[in-house]
Amino acid sequence: MTTATIEKSVPRKRLAINSPAITAPAASRLEALTPSDWALDVRDLSVYFGTNRVLKDVSLQVRNRSVTAIIGPSGCGKSTFLRAMNRMHDLVPEARVTGAVRLFGSSIYGPEADAVAVRRRVGMVFQKSNPFPTLSIVDNVKVGPRLGGVRQRSVLDERAERSLRLAALWDEVKDRLNAPAVSLSGGQQQRLCIARALAVEPEVLLMDEPASALDPIATARIEELILNLKKDLTIVIVTHNLQQAARISDYTAFFYLGELVEYDTTSKIFTGPARQKTEDYVTGRFG
Amino acid sequence: MKAARYPWRKFKDRLMQLVMGGCAMLVIAPLGLVFFHLVKSGISAVNWQFFTHLPKPVGEAGGGMANAIIGSLVLLGEAALLGVPVGVLGGVYLSEYGSNRLNFWIRFSADILNGVPSIIWGIVVYALVVIPMKGFSALAGGLVLGLMMIPLIMRTTEEVLILVPNCYREAGTALGISQWRVVVQIVMRTALRGTVTGILLALARMAGETAPLLFTAFGNRFWTHDLTNPIAALPLQIFTYAISPYDDWHRQAWAGALVLLLMVTAVNVGVRVLTRDRMTEDP
Repeated sequence: MTTATIEKSVPRKRLAINSPAITAPAASRLEALTPSDWALDVRDLSVYFGTNRVLKDVSLQVRNRSVTAIIGPSGCGKSTFLRAMNRMHDLVPEARVTGAVRLFGSSIYGPEADAVAVRRRVGMVFQKSNPFPTLSIVDNVKVGPRLGGVRQRSVLDERAERSLRLAALWDEVKDRLNAPAVSLSGGQQQRLCIARALAVEPEVLLMDEPASALDPIATARIEELILNLKKDLTIVIVTHNLQQAARISDYTAFFYLGELVEYDTTSKIFTGPARQKTEDYVTGRFG
Repeated sequence: MKAARYPWRKFKDRLMQLVMGGCAMLVIAPLGLVFFHLVKSGISAVNWQFFTHLPKPVGEAGGGMANAIIGSLVLLGEAALLGVPVGVLGGVYLSEYGSNRLNFWIRFSADILNGVPSIIWGIVVYALVVIPMKGFSALAGGLVLGLMMIPLIMRTTEEVLILVPNCYREAGTALGISQWRVVVQIVMRTALRGTVTGILLALARMAGETAPLLFTAFGNRFWTHDLTNPIAALPLQIFTYAISPYDDWHRQAWAGALVLLLMVTAVNVGVRVLTRDRMTEDP
């Protein structure tokens, strides 16, 4: 595959949603990408919980060093998709994943892939901030590299400071690094979780509605942080907040009932989506 | 709403609060009564000699329960050596690993074992260990207490681990930490206090067990240097002294009971202080 044909990866026959025929060539929708631009290359991804098929043959490519937003109504498979990117479904015995996910070219579900190694390259931030309650602020940041085998104190200290700076938290906590993590405010706790994920030095950061429990000011700080982080890493963010998707993402994927309905540049999705369903959703007609 | 009914409702509210408060107080009352009675009856016999001397023959004044105190500690140590690792690791398995069907049967068995009267444990170990070994022994005593501790600790460990919110397991896993490290360094660390409390409660219960020791440790009136010989234990000594016809022994039995209670309380308080979580508690 030489040119990225996002539309091609969404075979129309699979879509339950009726929409106008796609006439424009794919290249005009999403600028031409080469495989080397892809951080994640997802092919025919399906996720089952027991016999329930939650995600249906999703194929999309996530561009390196960009922000990709996943939008869609509740229960559409957004989080399920996100959690398939770092093999979090391995924790659920009845979950089954089919299809292929490549991370910078190497399969993360292949026989040689190691889930723990994958998760070190693909970090995750959850909806509800979850700093470890038994650890101090700085130990929360160090815990990933420390339990991953980094023993040198100087390396851990340096990583902790850099991660806290990247997460725009350093100035607020530098004088109380050994205070309990749970003493921080909600917004600070979420930035601490981002710092904790960054300390492992991932190449991709998955964010599952990271600001949905925060007030507008804390949300703005997280969004600013995301825009800064994309210089160095690839971010995939699930959000219920359409304005947020429009503000911070470069690409947007719209999921509905477990299928990928449309995937394009964010401006295209919000100003001239190809499908009626997408337009209905982004204009607030349903969801 | 009629205003006239307000005082009546308020009265009912107060009444129920008082009833519930009274019920809650009833929890404290027995502890107070036990302490009061033990102190009253036993304090006169608690002295330095009690802790440092062997029992004296009937009629001779003085004497203590030093061998029984040390014997109880030895038996509890043996029991902990068996019961704590097996119980804790089993609890971790139930909570973090294992299939639902297997876990159901393990839990079910543990619950039944927890309900088995302690004298039955004693008879079983008597038949399986004491008879083949041709004698009562400290080893058999430690074994029976250890076996009784396993299901107790297993269930409490499982319960406190299950209470650890899943989001911490997910957070640890998402950091690329292997499962056993997540379990040991994150989940168990979060549940450390509860686990330790469960172990302590089990130890405290075992410290007071008498019936199974009658068939295993048997008790004696001197120092035991060999674990294959019978060994004294506080509850056994209390039992022997309490059913004796001598006033002096009765006083010593009360003193032994008081010391046993104080030991259990001291260990409880001490370990709680040591495992106090600086991160989640107010200073």
